[in-house]
Amino acid sequence: MRRSMLFLPGNNPNMLINAGCLGADAVIFDLEDAVSPAEKDAARLLVRNTMRYMDLDGCEIVVRINSVDTDFWRKDLDTVIPCKPDVILLPKSAEPADIRLVDEYISDLEEKLELQKGGVQIMPLIETAMGVENAFAIASSCKRVCALFLGAEDLTADLQCKRTKEGREIEYARQRLVVAARAAGVDVYDTPFTDVNDDEGIVQDARLAKALGFTGKASISPRHVDVINEVFSPTLAEIEYAYEVVEAIRVAKEMGKGAVSLRGKMIDAPIVARAERTIAMAKALGLDRTEV
Amino acid sequence: MNKLVNSIREAIALSGLQDGMTVSFHHHLRNGDHVLNMVMHEIAELGIRDLTVNASSLFDVHMPLVDHIQNGVVSHVLADYISAGLGKAFSAGIMEKPVQFRTHGGRPCDIASGKTPIDVAFIAAPTSDTMGNCSGKYGKSACGSLGYAFADAMYAKRVVVITDNLVPYPLADFSIAENYVDYVVQVDAIGDPRGIVSGTTKITRDPVGLVMAQYAAKVIDASGLLKDGFSFQTGAGGASLAAAKFLKDIMLKKEIQGSFGLGGITGYMVDMLKAGCFKTLLDVQCFDLGAVESIRTNPAHREISALQYASPGSKSAAVDSLDVVILGATEIDTDFNVNVHTDSQGCIMGGSGGHSDTAAGAKLSMIIAPMFRARLPIVTDRVTCISTPGKDVDVLVTQGGIAVNPAKTELKNRLIDAGLPVIDIAELKEKTERITGKPQKLTHGDRIVAEVISRNGDILDKIYSVS
Amino acid sequence: MKILKVACAGTLESSDTYVELEPCDELEITVESVVEKQFGDRIKQAVKDVLSECGVECARVRVIDRGALDCTIRARVETAVLRAGGED
Repeated sequence: MRRSMLFLPGNNPNMLINAGCLGADAVIFDLEDAVSPAEKDAARLLVRNTMRYMDLDGCEIVVRINSVDTDFWRKDLDTVIPCKPDVILLPKSAEPADIRLVDEYISDLEEKLELQKGGVQIMPLIETAMGVENAFAIASSCKRVCALFLGAEDLTADLQCKRTKEGREIEYARQRLVVAARAAGVDVYDTPFTDVNDDEGIVQDARLAKALGFTGKASISPRHVDVINEVFSPTLAEIEYAYEVVEAIRVAKEMGKGAVSLRGKMIDAPIVARAERTIAMAKALGLDRTEV
Repeated sequence: MNKLVNSIREAIALSGLQDGMTVSFHHHLRNGDHVLNMVMHEIAELGIRDLTVNASSLFDVHMPLVDHIQNGVVSHVLADYISAGLGKAFSAGIMEKPVQFRTHGGRPCDIASGKTPIDVAFIAAPTSDTMGNCSGKYGKSACGSLGYAFADAMYAKRVVVITDNLVPYPLADFSIAENYVDYVVQVDAIGDPRGIVSGTTKITRDPVGLVMAQYAAKVIDASGLLKDGFSFQTGAGGASLAAAKFLKDIMLKKEIQGSFGLGGITGYMVDMLKAGCFKTLLDVQCFDLGAVESIRTNPAHREISALQYASPGSKSAAVDSLDVVILGATEIDTDFNVNVHTDSQGCIMGGSGGHSDTAAGAKLSMIIAPMFRARLPIVTDRVTCISTPGKDVDVLVTQGGIAVNPAKTELKNRLIDAGLPVIDIAELKEKTERITGKPQKLTHGDRIVAEVISRNGDILDKIYSVS
Repeated sequence: MKILKVACAGTLESSDTYVELEPCDELEITVESVVEKQFGDRIKQAVKDVLSECGVECARVRVIDRGALDCTIRARVETAVLRAGGED
């Protein structure tokens, strides 16, 4: 279960050592924008050691490496892959070739290090117009891709428009990414909300992302993590409905009925699949049915 | 009758101060205070020696005190709090007699009972009239409440008011009344406004502080105490303020109207008052400009004396009606004893202030502290100094889990039911040491440099010199 | 690895460690730390461990620690070693 992802600057020991305590389902150790070129070497080792020595309390680890048009990304991977991060976040993913390049490089490392093949996933960060246009091809470019991630700050610069709180300028990109990711059968994550002092704004923005179909949302502040987790968790009503769906299916099967309806609506395969996902998530959150 | 005298030196002479007597000061001007230094300088010039200084708190601005101690002008110090720079000097053993630490409630209690009599109280007053009716709410050195000065004014044999804003008689909105005051002195400046109150106190951006603050608010929410009539005190530290902010959100969402906010008051508590979270603020000390402005203009924001705030000798004190207090710690041990007197090296850098008073009075006393600071675990086997006894501490909130005093089984169950990460305190200690490594034990010097006196008057602990 | 030039890594911020390396005929390590009394020996050991893992036998090493955890100290020492053994 990955609802919230929290960015942490890769060269800041004070932030990294507390990564497991900040409430996020996943933390993103950032080797890219948060680290100056002269400190890339230091950040790599700090991030590697954090993974090697710290127990992050079950928090998933994502590493944002530098993009494939830099001299840094191979060394980034050389340094972090031995510690088996869960996900590599690849910035400026613009076309399937970018993903395949990284995929091959990781595969070579896995082989050399005798690691489980395909154990590390890739999350392309879509933050250019080209990336948005190629979203489906990117999402289905290789088996390692687990989700698409929308980066609105760089994208709006590329689109030559202003990034606003309301986000009209990224409406298309958001919807395009959700459709592309779902079509490819992977998850999709929304861009961070950057005003850390706007407590109402983050709620609105997270609700919008959930309504559009995003799996979860990234954040640059631990202040937003709680809100994101809450918005992207199933509500009690949703859980209750999911159990009703599963129960209706069970009863129908017993009675040998083909078509099933609940609350006056036909239940088809996608509804059942969604109900099962909701129940799985509720269980992961420790929400017992008796509490519902 | 004329109480106005020309200089501090003349007031000292008139007060009859002699060798071996006790002088007192309040700390409402905090690190901007000029009065203690001005008065002690004149006393030294007059050749008076062997004095006891009874100050509600001492700050690094009072470093000249070190010279007065070394020169024999001062031979004994009583205080509720001593900040790090000055604390270091005391920890090095500059004074023969140990410092006596009291609490903000214990100090006025002992002054009122005559256990620690004051011969001459010097009261820094941001505004005073010619007869000594004085207030902290007005003037260029405004500090808001004068709560800690009341006992000194009421029980000292002689009282000298020192002001930099002398107004014609009578000052209508006075805090301390003329009937207690012997002399009034006008000076150019009683303090430096930059050190007296902070500007706007901002919510912390430290991620760990925010996580702890969120837990703290959830603990209060789950405690069963958060209902209409709720009362609350919190400190001015980053995580404590953030906790107040998150608590405010919960109170507004659930439409809970509390009764009062207590203690040292910040702009955040004022915001909570304005938002309807409380009906009243009871204010013994203002921490920032927002609080000073509010106490001057809002009748629901009341000044209270330290006697009313926390004295165990009073017929009742506000801390006894308190539901929840959020407090800090430099160390806490597996018996929940808390240290706020010394730093990790055993050096004096604080004091109880209202810590043990509120912990004893409140129904829920909560410590917020990170699992470790600069690699040093917060939870130890035994604190270097017991400032507040473990029996008065109910819960410890860290980013790595929430430890509940084993005596509080109901609270523990409530927190578990609310899905909060409750952890045994010994387990929290081990979890922290797995991250930091186990620190080697410190050895201390053999001289006793301070005694910590509990609010009941017993010696709670002794602080040793630093080796 | 041989220490060819002066190099440093890390910062003086809280929870971090600053490490300075310079060429020397023997191994000299000085540690200054806010938690020297509690962790001085462990810090020195962590520094030695990393130097030996990197094959550094001779160097003058100066460590100013601001309460960093072992994983941070080790990363900073290793970074300084890699910087000091550079190509030029």
